[in-house]
Amino acid sequence: MARIIVVTSGKGGVGKTTTSAAIAMGLAKAGHKTAVIDFDVGLRNLDLILGCERRVVYDFINVINGEASLNQALIRDKNCNLLYILPASQTRDKDALTQEGVGKVLDELSKEFQYIVCDSPAGIEKGANLALYFADDAFVVTNPEISSVRDSDRMLGILSSKSRRAERNEEPIKEYLLLTRYDADRVKLGEMLSLEDVQEILSLHLLGIIPESKSVLSASNAGIPVILDEKSEAGQAYADVVARYLGEERPHRFIDGKQGFFRRLFGGRK
Amino acid sequence: MLNTSPVLEFKSSTFFAPILILFNNDMAAIEEALQDKISLAPEFFKDSPLIVDLRELNKQSQDLDFTQIVQILRRVGFFPIGIRGGNEQQNKQARALSIPLDTVREQNSSINIGETQKQETTPQPSVQPEVPIAQESTNPIPAPPAPAAATLVTQPIRSGQRIYASGDLIILSQVSAGAEIMAEGNIHVYNTLRGRALAGVHGNTAARIFCFDLQAELISIAGDYKTSEDLNKQTYANPVQIYLQNHALIIKEIA
Repeated sequence: MARIIVVTSGKGGVGKTTTSAAIAMGLAKAGHKTAVIDFDVGLRNLDLILGCERRVVYDFINVINGEASLNQALIRDKNCNLLYILPASQTRDKDALTQEGVGKVLDELSKEFQYIVCDSPAGIEKGANLALYFADDAFVVTNPEISSVRDSDRMLGILSSKSRRAERNEEPIKEYLLLTRYDADRVKLGEMLSLEDVQEILSLHLLGIIPESKSVLSASNAGIPVILDEKSEAGQAYADVVARYLGEERPHRFIDGKQGFFRRLFGGRK
Repeated sequence: MLNTSPVLEFKSSTFFAPILILFNNDMAAIEEALQDKISLAPEFFKDSPLIVDLRELNKQSQDLDFTQIVQILRRVGFFPIGIRGGNEQQNKQARALSIPLDTVREQNSSINIGETQKQETTPQPSVQPEVPIAQESTNPIPAPPAPAAATLVTQPIRSGQRIYASGDLIILSQVSAGAEIMAEGNIHVYNTLRGRALAGVHGNTAARIFCFDLQAELISIAGDYKTSEDLNKQTYANPVQIYLQNHALIIKEIA
C-alpha cells in the first residue's frame, strides 16, 4: 500500500507545486517508487516545474474518464527513473474531478507505488478537497505571513474534518508544517513572522524551514526540481525535509540565517 | 416512471436567533444605534434573522410603527422573522408582512419582568451600576431543563470550524481566529481563545465563559456580546472568566 501525501496550503503562491516536485523527487531519489499528481486541473503547472511539459499526452482527467490508461498517462521523470508524474488537464476545470474517479486512480497507483504525492490547488474548493480527501499525511506549506498562516489554519480544520480518515473515524491525517520563503534577516528586523509566531497559531510538527532563495525561481524556470540543486540552501532544506519525513533526525537549519552560521562557526552562541 | 418515494416530510427542529429589544420609539436613534452595532461586526450581522421584542416599549406605552421598523431592519441587512410582545396594531402589521407572532416562547419571562424597574430608569444596559451578586440569586430563576452532558474537545479548533454544544463545552486545546464555539451552557477553554465564543446561546444569562488566555475576536453570553475592540487591554491574554450582569458582560481576571 502506498502512503498518500497531500501538499496543501489554502493560500496560493506559497510554494505547493515547488514543494510537491521537490519532495517527490527526494522520495524517489531515496529509492522509493513515487508518483506525483497535479490536482490543479485547468492550471497545469507541475509538469513545468518537473520539466516534462513537452511529453504530456494524456492527463489525470483522461484517466478518470477512462479515455486513457494510467500507464499511458504517467510520465517517467528524466532525472530519476523511480519518479512518475500524472499531469493535470489544462483544458478542463475542477468539476471534471470526481471522488470515485480520484479514488479509483489512487487505488490503482497504490498497487505499484510506495508514495503518492498530491499537489493540491489553492483554495478550499473541489480540487483542494479531493486532493486531501484520501491523504494519509499532509504537508502544510505556509509562508511566514499572517494571511498564509490563517489560511493554513483553515486548511488544517478541513483536513481534520473532511478527509476519508475523518469520515471513517480512522486515525487522523498526520499533519506536518513546512515553512517556506523564510527570510531570517527580515524576521530579525521584525518584518516577517518568526517560526515561534507561526507555531503559536498552528502548533504543528515542523518538517522543515525552506529559506527564501533565488535558486528556487531559476530551478523552476529550468524545469529541474530545486532539490537537485545540492548547492542551494533551498535544495538542502528540501533534502532535510525528505530525510526527516523518512524518519531520519536532522537538526533544523536556516532558522537564524547566514549570520547565525558564522556566529556558530566563531563560537559565539546566543 | 412512477416514483413512490414521498415528496416531503415535516420535522421538528430548534433554531436560535437574536432578539432585538427596543427601549425607545425614536426611529432615527434606532437606525443609528443599529448601524453602530453592525459596523463593529458586519459579517456577524449580515443577513442575520432577527426577532423584534416590543414588550418594553408597550409597557411604557410608547407606540411604534412596526412596518417602519421592519423597513429599517431590512435596510441595514437583517431578516426580521418574528415579533414578540406587540400590541394589536403592531401584530396586525406583522401579519400583513407575513412575519409570525410570538415566535419564541419565553423561558425566563419572570426574570425580565423583575428587571423592568431597573431598565426603566437606565435604558442603557452597559452603563447600569453594578448590582451586588446576592441580588442575582434572589431572581426567581425557573428550574432549568435537565442539563445536557458536557462536550469535551481535545483537538485544536481551527479557523472556519464551528463547534456547538447543547450543554457545557470544555475545550483543552487552542481555538484559532476565525473559529466559532457555541454552547447552550458554559464554555471553558483551557488554552488560548482567539476565535468567537458564544455561551448561553438559547438565552441562559447565567452561562459563563472561562478561558486561560483571552484573545477572542468576539465573546457573547445570551446574545450580549463584545468584540475584540471592546476588550480591555488589561484582561487581554490573561486567564479570565466572563459573565453577564444586568446585560453587561463582565470580564474578570482569575487570579
